[in-house]
Amino acid sequence: MPAKEVRLLSATAILGYGFPEASLKAGMARQPDMIGVDGGSVDPGPHYLGAGVPFCSPIAIKRDLRLMLRAAIEAKIPLVIGTCGGAGGEPHLDLVAGMAREIAREDGLHFKMALIHAEQTPAEIKRRIATGGIHPLAHQPALTDAVVDRSTRIVGMMGPEPFIEALDNGAQVVLAGRSSDPAPWAAMCIRAQLPPAPGWYAGKMLECGATPSIPKGHDSLFVTVREDHMECEPMNPIRRCTPLSVANHSLHENSSPIHHIEPGGMLDTSDCRFEAISDRAVRISGMKWTPASQYTVKLEGVELAGYRAICIAGTRDPLLIGRLDNFLESVRSEVATKAAAFGATPDTYQLGFRVYGRDGVMAAREPVRDAVPHEVGFVIEVVSRQSREMAAAVLGVARANMLHTDFPGRLCREGNMAFPFSPSDIDVGPVYRFSVYHVADVTDPREMFPIEYETV
Amino acid sequence: MTLIRDAARVCKSKNAGPFELTVDVVFDDAETYRKVKATGVLCPALFSRLYNVPEEHVLFTPYDAAFAFKATFPRLVPAGEFGDTDVYGCQQHAPLLDVDLPI
Repeated sequence: MPAKEVRLLSATAILGYGFPEASLKAGMARQPDMIGVDGGSVDPGPHYLGAGVPFCSPIAIKRDLRLMLRAAIEAKIPLVIGTCGGAGGEPHLDLVAGMAREIAREDGLHFKMALIHAEQTPAEIKRRIATGGIHPLAHQPALTDAVVDRSTRIVGMMGPEPFIEALDNGAQVVLAGRSSDPAPWAAMCIRAQLPPAPGWYAGKMLECGATPSIPKGHDSLFVTVREDHMECEPMNPIRRCTPLSVANHSLHENSSPIHHIEPGGMLDTSDCRFEAISDRAVRISGMKWTPASQYTVKLEGVELAGYRAICIAGTRDPLLIGRLDNFLESVRSEVATKAAAFGATPDTYQLGFRVYGRDGVMAAREPVRDAVPHEVGFVIEVVSRQSREMAAAVLGVARANMLHTDFPGRLCREGNMAFPFSPSDIDVGPVYRFSVYHVADVTDPREMFPIEYETV
Repeated sequence: MTLIRDAARVCKSKNAGPFELTVDVVFDDAETYRKVKATGVLCPALFSRLYNVPEEHVLFTPYDAAFAFKATFPRLVPAGEFGDTDVYGCQQHAPLLDVDLPI
């Protein structure tokens, strides 16, 4: 009898990043037990969770989803997507579920679909605060009711257990809100009675599509998981996995390369071995899984910070560049006076001058301090706590004063700034900031993640 | 003089969640990795100095299996907060490139 194995196909790094159709076909020809893709990430910042929108365009998401749905239904295997719509809140899950229904109608597909919800109600989070079941991560302050009330949206990050339940109940298409990236893949392995360690490791590879291969690109990855190891291979013949490319991927987005904290336990990669089994496939073994004494669910939440307006400008004037800090201080003080005159006192907004060509990328951590650039670019930024209109009003004053404020030795009497665009000012809209980054103790790993089923 | 930019296969930075930055330096083979590790140049104090962060806030881990060194420390400001310059944290590796490894 052949050794028990689970065969997993990941279409790409994020739903909506795209992948070559030929890679998906090559992966399907290997007869996977499941096809999936990671639907999102916290990496693009707090905006998407707050605004309830995806960071990939709906057009791009639907293209990827259609190809994956057709492939899964034809092969009669599950399609599983975690962190739908980029941030995994209710509007994000709604968006992708709506697309799945639309594609099914357009293409004549039929399936049982599970929607796993991850958005948390303020009342529920406050109940958990009251029982002492919420703890901060990354040196954040303890969570309070006031922060919960201020937060626009809070999601919990599910582990594999809700996915296992949805698959056990016969769902062929599983769309989930915020999930630990490897969880859908780990779920499939744990459900097949494989040990958790190789399943979690497989998930760590698959959640980024072909990223563990070289050349890096948004493409498909095939992983075979067995009792004590897993093998991974990219589906596009132009890419290959090497022991180094695979080992390198275990460093990705984690604070430690050897201890990976996941819901319910810790994946230890200290003693992993990476062996090439062909010139483009790698076997990884030696991973260990230590169950946690307390199962915790990570919480992510954001609150409204204000309204942003920005303006892009540049200068090629060495006389101005030579006294930039003094100049920017003059502009700041002009703005303080003029904006206060129409009701925007300095405590109601933040004004920033990002100076590209000097320290626009590293800010206070920029080590090069003595270079004199021949030109510099500015992003002038206002975040108003009052309103969108007030952000635009303060920015307008800042832009006009960047253009006209005088400085000693000035020869360019007509204006100090080159604006690349008309209109020069851009209304960015609401700005969010992270407000919740905590974990919640749970008794049942599924208790925060209700599942709905429908026949499509 | 051997600079990291000449000796390493990978030198990169990235968010590890919205509040931390993680920096990786990876070498091609066990031999180079062993020599680099023996110099002791890659250590918490180096990251403390280059990124202006207290040494006790640097989580530094050599990872023998991948010929890699990883350092994780707090971001200047949380991702997306006012004043953040690099939401993904992926352009903070440059100060490491010119670190000299006496190998």
